[in-house]
Amino acid sequence: MSWLIDPFADFAFMQRALLGCLAISLGATPVGVFLMLRRMSLTGDAMAHAILPGAAVGYLVAGLNLGAMTIGGVVAGLAVALLTGAVARVTALREDASLAAFYLISLALGVLLVSLKGSNVDLMHVLFGTVLALNNAALVLLCAITTFTLATLALIFRPLVLECADPRFLASVSRWSGPVHFIFLALVVLNLVAGFQALGTLMAVGIMILPAATARFWATSISGMLVVAAVSASLASVVGLLMSYHAGLPSGPAIILSAGCLYLLSLGFGPVGSLFTRAFPRPHLDA
Amino acid sequence: MLTRRLLLASAAATALAFASPALAQERVKVVATFSILGDLVAQVGGDRVQLVTLVGPDGDAHVYQPSPADAQAVTDAALIVANGLGFEGWMDRLVEASGTSATIVTASTGVAPLAIVEAAKAGAHDDHEDHAAEADHDEHAHDEHGHEAETVEAHDDHGHGAEDPHAWQSVTNVAIYVENIAKGLSAADPEGAALYTANTTAYLEKLTALDAEIRAAVATLPAGKRTIVTSHDSFGYFAAAYGLTFVAPQGMSTEAEASARDVAAMITQIRETGINAVFVENIADPRLLDQIASETGATIGGTLFSDALSGPDGPAPTYVDMMRHNLKQLTTALAS
Repeated sequence: MSWLIDPFADFAFMQRALLGCLAISLGATPVGVFLMLRRMSLTGDAMAHAILPGAAVGYLVAGLNLGAMTIGGVVAGLAVALLTGAVARVTALREDASLAAFYLISLALGVLLVSLKGSNVDLMHVLFGTVLALNNAALVLLCAITTFTLATLALIFRPLVLECADPRFLASVSRWSGPVHFIFLALVVLNLVAGFQALGTLMAVGIMILPAATARFWATSISGMLVVAAVSASLASVVGLLMSYHAGLPSGPAIILSAGCLYLLSLGFGPVGSLFTRAFPRPHLDA
Repeated sequence: MLTRRLLLASAAATALAFASPALAQERVKVVATFSILGDLVAQVGGDRVQLVTLVGPDGDAHVYQPSPADAQAVTDAALIVANGLGFEGWMDRLVEASGTSATIVTASTGVAPLAIVEAAKAGAHDDHEDHAAEADHDEHAHDEHGHEAETVEAHDDHGHGAEDPHAWQSVTNVAIYVENIAKGLSAADPEGAALYTANTTAYLEKLTALDAEIRAAVATLPAGKRTIVTSHDSFGYFAAAYGLTFVAPQGMSTEAEASARDVAAMITQIRETGINAVFVENIADPRLLDQIASETGATIGGTLFSDALSGPDGPAPTYVDMMRHNLKQLTTALAS
C-alpha cells in the first residue's frame, strides 16, 4: 500500500503530475471518444502536427513562455481546422485530404521558421513538456481547458451525438451542423495544446485516443464509453506515474504504454465486440 | 588568335607566379567545431586566421546537423580543430562527405581523460537502481552516476568509448588545447608561427591566472557547501580539478527524458544533504529544475555555460569570460 501512496505523499511534483494527468484524462478522453465515433481518430494525430509549429513560433517570439506557446499552438491548430473545413465545404477536395495538406504546410512552415532562427537549441526539449515539471501556471491551464471542454461538450452534446450518428440528418434539420463540427475541432486543438504541456504532442494524442479505443470494448452507449474512457485514462495515469517512480521509466511513455496495455487487454477480453466475445459464439473464427 | 591566347596564358601564369607570395599572406582558413574551440583558435590565431565555427554560441553540439554551408567551409579549410574524445560524433562523417584535405587537430590530445569505469555493457537501470540509496554518498558516487549516464549516450549517438569529452571545463586542460592548436596552426601556416607562439604565451599566462583565481575562490567556500545541482552533466573535469561536486537530475544527453524516480532521488538527495544551489544551463529544459527548486527550497542560481559560449553581447562571449561567469555564479549561490 505504501508502494501506492508514498510517492504521492512524499513529493509535491508527483501530486502535480497526478493532478495534471487526471485533468487531461477527464478533458481529452471525451473528445477522443467523439473523434473515434466520427471515424476521425487519426485527425488527432494530424492536428498535433499542425499545433507543434505554432508553439515553436510562440517559443521563438517570446521564449519559454506558457502563454505565448499556448496561444501560438491554438492559433496554428484553429487556422488549420478552419481552412480544412472551409476547403472541404467549398471545393471538391475531401476533408481528409484537405487536412493532410494543411497540416503538412503548417509543419513545414514551423520547421522552416525554427531553422531560420539559427541557433539550434534543442527545441524539442522545450516544446515537449514533461509531466514531472508542471508548474502552477501549467496546472491552471490544464484544469481550465478541462473545465471549458466539459462545459462545451455538455452544451453541444445533442447535436454532436447526432453529427456522429447521421451528419446529413443533422444538416437537414439544423443550421448547427457546421458550427458544431468546428467547435468540436476547436476542443480537439485545445486539449492537444493542454496535453502538449504535460506529455508532449505525440503523447497528448495517445491519452486522447487510446482510452477511447479501450472504451469501445466495454460499453455500447455513448455515456458508458465516456465514463470507461475517463476511468481507463485515469488508471493509466496513476499506473504510468507509479511505473515511472518505481522502475525509473520516462513518465510520458510510461503513461501512454499503460493506456496501451489497457487497450490491448480490452481488445482481447472486453465484454463488447472483443476478440474473446467474437471467438466463442463463432468457433470457426478461432484461428 | 593562337598567339593571343598564348600571350594571355603566359601573362596569367606570370601573374600567378607573382601573386603566390601574396596568397600566402592570405588568412588561413580554419574550421572549429564549436564555439569554445572557436574562441581558443581566435586567441591563438588572431587576425591571421579566417575562422568558421560550426556549432555557434548557445548551440548544442550533441544534436548538431551540418548544413551545406558548413560542409563547404570544411572542404575549403586548411585546418580543422575538433575537441575529440568523441564529442563531435558527426565529425568523421562530415570530413569524409566533404572530401576535405585539411589537417585535423584534435585539441584534447594529451589531456588525461576522465575514464568512465562503469562499463558500457551495464544497462542504465542497473546503476540507477542504486542511485537513490547512494544519494548522500561522497563525490565518487556522483561521478559514477554521471559517467554511467554518459555511457548510455555513447550507445545512442556518439559511438565513443568511456571518456568524458567536456575536458575544457578544466583550465589546465585548455592550456593543452591551446598548445595543440598553436602547433596545428604553425604547421599549416609556418610564416605565422612566431605570431602564434607569442599569442599562445600571452594566452597561457591568462589561463594560469584564471586557474589560480578559480582555486582561490573555491578555497573560500566551506567544505560542506560544495555540491551543485545542474541540469547538464558536463562539469566532471571542473569537479575533479577544483574539488566541487556536480549532480544532475538528468543524464548527460540533453535528449534523455527524466523519470519520476530520478527526480525523486534528486529531491531526496537535496533534502538530505542540504544542497543549496540549483543551476539552470543554457541548453537544457529549465522547467524540471524550477520544479525541484520549488519543492526543496534550494535557490536557483544563474545560467552556467557548459558546452557553448554565449553570443557576443551575452555574459560569456569568450572562454575566459565563460569560466569567470560560471565561477561567479557558483560561488555566489554556494556562499549564500
